[in-house]
Amino acid sequence: MSHQAQSPQPGRRPGAHAAEPAPETAVESVPSSHEESWAANKYMTDDRPIAADTAAPGCRKRDPILIASNVTRTYGGINAVDVEHVEIPRNKITALIGPNGAGKTTLFNLLTGFDTPQSGEWRFEDRDLAGVSAYKVARLGMVRTFQLTKVMGKLTVLENMRLGANEQPGEALRRALFRPLWKKRENEITEQADALLAKFKLDTKRSDYAASLSGGQRKLLEMARALMVNPKLVMLDEPMAGVNPALTQSLLDHIKNLKAEGMTVLFVEHDMHMVRHIADWVIVMAEGKVVAEGPPGEVMKDQAVIDAYLGAHHDVDLGDSEGFEKLEAVLEKDPESDIQGGESLAPVIIEERKDTA
Amino acid sequence: MDFGNILLGAVNEFFTPTTAAYALAALGLAVHFGYTGLLNFGQAGFMAIGAYGFAIPTLSFNAPLPVALLIAMLASVAFAVILGLPTLRLRADYLAIVTIAAAEIVRYIVTTNGLTEVTGSANGLAAFEGGFYSLNPFAPGVYNLGPFSLNERDLWIRVVAWTVVALACVVIWLLVRSPWGRVVKGIREDENAVRSLGKNVYAYKMQALIIGGMLGSLAGIIFTLPRGAVQPANYGTELTFFLYTALLLGGMSTVLGPVIGAMIFWAVLSLTQGLLYGAIESGAITFLNTTQAGQLRYILVGVALMLLMIFRPQGVLGNKKELSFA
Repeated sequence: MSHQAQSPQPGRRPGAHAAEPAPETAVESVPSSHEESWAANKYMTDDRPIAADTAAPGCRKRDPILIASNVTRTYGGINAVDVEHVEIPRNKITALIGPNGAGKTTLFNLLTGFDTPQSGEWRFEDRDLAGVSAYKVARLGMVRTFQLTKVMGKLTVLENMRLGANEQPGEALRRALFRPLWKKRENEITEQADALLAKFKLDTKRSDYAASLSGGQRKLLEMARALMVNPKLVMLDEPMAGVNPALTQSLLDHIKNLKAEGMTVLFVEHDMHMVRHIADWVIVMAEGKVVAEGPPGEVMKDQAVIDAYLGAHHDVDLGDSEGFEKLEAVLEKDPESDIQGGESLAPVIIEERKDTA
Repeated sequence: MDFGNILLGAVNEFFTPTTAAYALAALGLAVHFGYTGLLNFGQAGFMAIGAYGFAIPTLSFNAPLPVALLIAMLASVAFAVILGLPTLRLRADYLAIVTIAAAEIVRYIVTTNGLTEVTGSANGLAAFEGGFYSLNPFAPGVYNLGPFSLNERDLWIRVVAWTVVALACVVIWLLVRSPWGRVVKGIREDENAVRSLGKNVYAYKMQALIIGGMLGSLAGIIFTLPRGAVQPANYGTELTFFLYTALLLGGMSTVLGPVIGAMIFWAVLSLTQGLLYGAIESGAITFLNTTQAGQLRYILVGVALMLLMIFRPQGVLGNKKELSFA
């Protein structure tokens, strides 16, 4: 997502609150219709500590929903995932961040049964998931979305939604031929789907082919469809990738709403703004391992995370000229940066971007 | 050239039992490919399994018609399961390779000399249709249906064949508009997405493979009954491709498309044959003999298919909108 784009919502850009101490305050800058209902919600107001002891990579949680230990997956000698221990807190929004190739999506695949680890054990709500196939994992209430959005293009939006519903007797071959056996459940499913579509502002697209939706709308449809399963844990793989800035806010609200409704959310995301904005807990992966964990405010200050992922100047907003001047000022003091040296391209690039900003 | 007769001959093709068999087998392919996305290139194998599964019990141990039918269907299910078990977990193209090979294996097995007593080897089997015709309720005689006159055997097989086609169409139509059909169509679009929603994709693919395969085997029986013989040469790979032609002609994700497609396929073959032979006999075409003309008409069918794919890719009955996102 380009931060240079003119955002219709001031205060939504990373720089607007980069200077603010705690990420929670960012919420206040955005007027939201959900604020009031959230204020009285037990899941939203629960501020008991998430970790059982101090926050550290692999720390125990007070109330974990998903626990994985010693999960490894190698691809031809490369350790894609080598997680010693990780716990996902229940009824919280957990962000999984890390550089490209850190193994985030692979971990998703392993946990949801789409790939099999070489070793390790992982439990969802105290149920051992080793060797459990992907569709059974989904039925247990652990539903995922995909980084490359998967919608059924040649089915209508409504059919996509209905497909997500469970306990439809008509999906069994022996009952499929007899409409009276599944008509009632079909009506319930359609009602549920329509309600969700309205929530995600897709109700006008109801009878269009899903292939006709834009990239952002497909992300929304995929998320809404996952909710049709009535999941306990929703795992979103880069929900913001390719979504236009105008849609991001509603998507963020949707994700927070999942928590308000008692679901647990685990998401992979590269958009640090989103992570600060909605995550209760952040897990950082690098080279297949969990390298840091903690509340977003603290994790982002962690030197290891900054070095591995965020970059030294992650809190500078390059969306306006003010940001560039700040960056220049910071770079001058930075011993590693060679802003005066003639060989460095940095000043040139900064000047160029200052003009376009 | 008698254009009237040529045209009548083409119209007659609409209702032959062979057209019905093609329609049924192509409907099976619609379940496989059009709805579930399974690229089955071995439908000829399923037809052969049906034909031999029916003929062998009848001839070997005098099985009555229902038993022979049951054995044929069970053999078809077994064949589908054997094909599906190793391949349905793999990507779609592997199924295509395996099915094309499996169909050839079936054909080679029944051609083996060592099995001549059972399968008749290259000569095939004959005289197994007695049980079917003994059920014929129509009195012997000539029946005039409009311009066509049929004997009681022709009439009986046509009535049965097209009744089976109609029933199969109704069943498949009910299936594809049910939630089962929705899951299967979802698998065609993206099976991992369907899996992530808690559906046992493997089981659905297996069910679809079995249903389409059984339709293929039924078609194989209907194909052999009017001939009174089953010959391995009839079940070569080209049969599968003719079926795909019929399927694509009609529209692959439709129920009636395969039926219409099979009718058009045979009518066009008959029409081109009539016209070419007529032109050769009247001396209008001198550079072809009738054998070459017989082959030329398949070339013309190929050209027709190409034109159709270019100008009406969704087939006769298909939904254009579905293709605009392909």
